[in-house]
Amino acid sequence: MDFSMTPGTFLFEAWQARFSLLNGLSVTIGSSAITIVLATLLGILVGITLAYGWWPLRLLARLYVDFMRGIPVLVLILFTYYGLALFGINVPAFWAGVIALSAFATAHVAENLRGAVQSVPAGQMEAAKSIGLRFDQRLRYVIIPQAFRRMLPPWVNTGLEVVKGTTLLSVIGVVELLLASQQVMARNYLIIDFYLLAGAMYLAVNFALAQLGGMLERRFSYLRY
Amino acid sequence: MVEQVLLRAIGVRKSFGALEVLKGIDLEVRQGQVVSLIGASGSGKTTFLRCVNMLEEHDAGDILLDGDPIGYRVEGGKRRRMSETAVSAQRARIGMVFQQFNLFPHLTAEENVMLGLTKVLGKTKAEARDIAGHWLGKVGLEARRGHYPYQLSGGQQQRVAMARAVAMEPRLLLFDEVTSALDPELVAEVLQVMKALAESGMTMLVVSHEMLFVRDVSHHVVFMDQGKVAQAGSPAEVFGNPESERLRSFLGRFHGFF
Amino acid sequence: MINYHFDWSVIARNMDRFLAALGLGLGLAVISLAIGCVLGLAVAYARVSPRRWLSGPAWFYVELIRCMPLLLLIFFIYFGLPEFGIYFMDKTQSFVLTLSLYAAAYMSEVFRAGLASIPKQYVEAAKAIGMRPWQRQRYVVLPVMFRITLPAISNNLISLFKDTSLAAAIAVPELTFLARQVNANTFRVMEVWLTASAMYLATAYLLATLLRLVERRYASIR
Repeated sequence: MDFSMTPGTFLFEAWQARFSLLNGLSVTIGSSAITIVLATLLGILVGITLAYGWWPLRLLARLYVDFMRGIPVLVLILFTYYGLALFGINVPAFWAGVIALSAFATAHVAENLRGAVQSVPAGQMEAAKSIGLRFDQRLRYVIIPQAFRRMLPPWVNTGLEVVKGTTLLSVIGVVELLLASQQVMARNYLIIDFYLLAGAMYLAVNFALAQLGGMLERRFSYLRY
Repeated sequence: MVEQVLLRAIGVRKSFGALEVLKGIDLEVRQGQVVSLIGASGSGKTTFLRCVNMLEEHDAGDILLDGDPIGYRVEGGKRRRMSETAVSAQRARIGMVFQQFNLFPHLTAEENVMLGLTKVLGKTKAEARDIAGHWLGKVGLEARRGHYPYQLSGGQQQRVAMARAVAMEPRLLLFDEVTSALDPELVAEVLQVMKALAESGMTMLVVSHEMLFVRDVSHHVVFMDQGKVAQAGSPAEVFGNPESERLRSFLGRFHGFF
Repeated sequence: MINYHFDWSVIARNMDRFLAALGLGLGLAVISLAIGCVLGLAVAYARVSPRRWLSGPAWFYVELIRCMPLLLLIFFIYFGLPEFGIYFMDKTQSFVLTLSLYAAAYMSEVFRAGLASIPKQYVEAAKAIGMRPWQRQRYVVLPVMFRITLPAISNNLISLFKDTSLAAAIAVPELTFLARQVNANTFRVMEVWLTASAMYLATAYLLATLLRLVERRYASIR
């Protein structure tokens, strides 16, 4: 890497490309954030169905989760992208990608929640019943708070997977960080430099996410049993 | 002393798969009484207790609390399960203390007691805190109100669990082998609290292996054997005049305690 | 779409290509797992080494790879290595190299956990009968660890198999690439993607079942 500020050098070209790269980064972060929020909310619903649902619903949730975990995310993204258009639903590639990623991440959150909830000793549910708490109250005040800490590490992992998974949106033409970097390379041929730069940015985002997860874990470390 | 009947069980049956655990249990608990269930493990004591609190659903027979069937209502001669909300409301009238304490580990001693008060009985936090303080004081743990369960000994945890159950002012308190998981030196403090509760007039249905306690505190003792009530009566009758060989041999195991 | 008419003849005509593409993906996954296991084992030993100059870089490698999107690694190695004057690789080899390096990081974590979970007494017993250090590893530690980590290795194989779909991005003719191609040529969107999904799903399921059988065979030796 040549760090002098003349055309054709890395620093100069990076400065030239700063807006496209930052734009790509914001698309990466934005799509990740939306996906993580959606997947967490839906994953809680599906996960509770997996653990306590009426059996036909539980079976449906189980099928959904196993399907999502057996199909590559890229296939999911391509299927959603081409399939939605076929149904006459015209969504931008960005949203097609976010829908597919969320569907994938929902399955992971759900399975994780099921595991965590079922790891809470049965006596907790019984004690909660015995003081007269309703089902929703038992979940909210007794089971979920205890499952929460066990859910955190895999939840952060799902978050990392989602951030990495957003690169697949480039395949359907969403200009996120990876595709933005490649567009820059197409102009200046500094292939190594800009892949490394993109890599450093992914590292930074994921490192921050992992740190956040670690902080949350320490914050809730009093939940021992 | 003829108090009104609080809990009445008539022909209660319960099977787990092919195994019939309760083969028609008849039993009465009167207001203010302490009734103890004794018997070998596997005789169905704990299962019966769990049926009373709807932690298990009995297959046949009736369990009536204040004359109301527990867990179902009768419509046109048919049993219909009650809604989740209605079952929860019934459970709030019955307290239960467990062998393994089952304190909520993410809540302090005080918060453990407060949870049902605020969420089920709809009390304000301030009221609930006062009540929790009162009952934690009664079990001798007011100083530990801010402690988490893992910071308490087994005996202390069990006393908090009792405060949690009593604070709901239940009509009936169930005790499921509450000293069995404790180290021997911690048993006495828990029994002492139970005794005080009994003397205060609380109606209690107790499954226990502490024969001395059963003999001294109970008004009525029920010996269960293989899913049936084999003998029932006052402690003097049951301990002094065991009718069956099985009760004699069961009590013989505790020989030396009397 | 309400009037979408399914026409499976496209799939039937191309079935041999679909199967070949699936086979390629599976092959890529198996080879990458094999290489990844060897590299991963080395990385795992480096990580538990008391020598900082070994454990430090090993730690860095694992964390770096785990934070990197696989697609970026694929592009970096495919387009970037020639910049360093490394030309000999075709796209399939380049992909296998990438997936192996990627797998190595994940496998090293599996092995590290496996090494940590081996009871100390086993090693002490091996010492007691006079085994030399490498013998202790070869005859005691590794066989035990293999059994402990087998379920995790299985899971990784299935993950890697799904990851082979990314090879489509550099035009390796595996299943996803073929599906896109057939999709573009015939516009039989539903048929093509349903077929591809079903094939991935069925293969992942078969792999899981098969590997569970293997696990059970070894579970008896515990």
